[in-house]
Amino acid sequence: MTPILAIDDATLNYGSRRLWSHLDLTVRPGEFVAVLGANGSGKTSLLRVLLGRQRLTSGTVTIAGRPAHRGSKDIGYVPQQRRIDTLTPLRARDLVGLGLDGHRWGLNLPGGGRRRRIDAVLGKVGADAYADRPVWLLSGGEQQRVRIAQALVAEPALLLCDEPLLSLDPRSQQEVTALVDERRRAEGTAVLFVTHEINPVLPYADRVLWLADGRFRIGTVDEVLTSEVLSEMYRTQVDVIRTGDRVLVAGLPDPAHFS
Amino acid sequence: MTGFWHQIFNFADYRELLALVHNSLIAGAALGVVGGLISTFVMMRDLPFAVHGISELSFAGASGALLLGVNVVAGSLAGSLLAALVIGALGSRARDRNSIIGVLMPFGLGLGVLFLALYKGRSANKFGLLTGQIVAVDTPQLTWLLGTSALVLAALVVIWRPLTFASTDPEVAAARGVPVGLLSPVFMILLGLTVAMSVQIVGALLVLSIICTPAAAAMRVTAAPRLVTLLSVLFAVCSMVGGILLALGSSIPISPYVTTISFVIYLTCRVIGRARRLDSPIGNGYHFRQRIRRIGQPA
Repeated sequence: MTPILAIDDATLNYGSRRLWSHLDLTVRPGEFVAVLGANGSGKTSLLRVLLGRQRLTSGTVTIAGRPAHRGSKDIGYVPQQRRIDTLTPLRARDLVGLGLDGHRWGLNLPGGGRRRRIDAVLGKVGADAYADRPVWLLSGGEQQRVRIAQALVAEPALLLCDEPLLSLDPRSQQEVTALVDERRRAEGTAVLFVTHEINPVLPYADRVLWLADGRFRIGTVDEVLTSEVLSEMYRTQVDVIRTGDRVLVAGLPDPAHFS
Repeated sequence: MTGFWHQIFNFADYRELLALVHNSLIAGAALGVVGGLISTFVMMRDLPFAVHGISELSFAGASGALLLGVNVVAGSLAGSLLAALVIGALGSRARDRNSIIGVLMPFGLGLGVLFLALYKGRSANKFGLLTGQIVAVDTPQLTWLLGTSALVLAALVVIWRPLTFASTDPEVAAARGVPVGLLSPVFMILLGLTVAMSVQIVGALLVLSIICTPAAAAMRVTAAPRLVTLLSVLFAVCSMVGGILLALGSSIPISPYVTTISFVIYLTCRVIGRARRLDSPIGNGYHFRQRIRRIGQPA
């Protein structure tokens, strides 16, 4: 099977600082890869590279057979939840509509086909009940469902999720992650899921890419989330504790962000 | 008492007067359409204060032109575009932007006052720049106003969708390849042009009643973008044309009429918006339920 995403010997410097180097990652259709790491470890920069908004220092990135470029129609993007200004004139369905054709020039002509596509994707994410509600009235969890619909409406091959669980309550975190998982299984969309929250993605992640201090590890959850691997990456004693189906990582230099 | 009202509303010889303001009515309607459209983006991009700042610089440009005896419209345009570009370039974050406007605005107004004080011509010209004038639209000026309106309108049609995307959802818009950084100065230029036009008719002090209030009112009653745009244009045209028609025959400048209509529309929309929130599917006690849910949640 041809990969959706192929990162080949990629290095990214930020000024004089090396974020990561010689990174190789291949993501197949339908695969769920969680990207973990502390703030400043280069997770967001990796997404910017994939979106064509930042150039690699060296190496190549190929998405659905083509080099990464701005405005790629093969990518759907889910941002982190944030407050939308009161009275913003957008309903949930309009936000999804922007994901479909908001990047095109000209006016948006009313049409049955467009409406049906938006209704269909809102139905798939279970957001039909509030399709006509203003986006700023939605709760965080509802907003993220609509965000996922917005990212999926153009039927991308690769879904990039940039901290989509931040500031959600635990139940919404679980629901949003399950929803992403459901879509990749149903449609074969590859998923790159950047997150601080390890536990919500544990049941779904096929592989983990862990970035730390210019180093990285790629492998299954069991291969990467061990005391030995993390201790070696951070050059300090890190303990990975498994309790039931939860994982606790203790002793990280930047512990506030992990749970 | 009748004398007082007579001063404000005077419909004697209305038919003859109406023929005189033919040009103004067309200009008012055109400005209403463009102002109504642009004001939806002004609200989305949180720029009402910028509109006010630009209009004061536009006033400075116009009064400078009056003093020098050159084209007032050109002066007003120059001031407007300069202010729009400076505000656009220096103030990408709201806090920066507001402080820059807060600094520019009194300076512009001060310059304008200086130019007008030095100007020895007709005082009606001076007052008109601040509070609007109605009979003053002659045919060359009308041509200019309509041409600029057409230009702004055409540009808005072309950038409509990406501008909406960039204005309401900049992060995802950028991820989708929308040139967010480029659209910002382009919009500021369109805004500058519209402000310069408005200054000619409603005056520098009251531009906001055409380039903010209409969309602010529309957003109170609906969140459907197409309806917001439609209502905003309708409100702006009503305020402009209605204001001109009411001001006709009185000795008072046009602006209090325009601003009052605009304000009454806004108040009405607030009342309707509040009523809808209680009994429509959009509202339906939703706010209240949200609050309960939040209280029930651990912080």
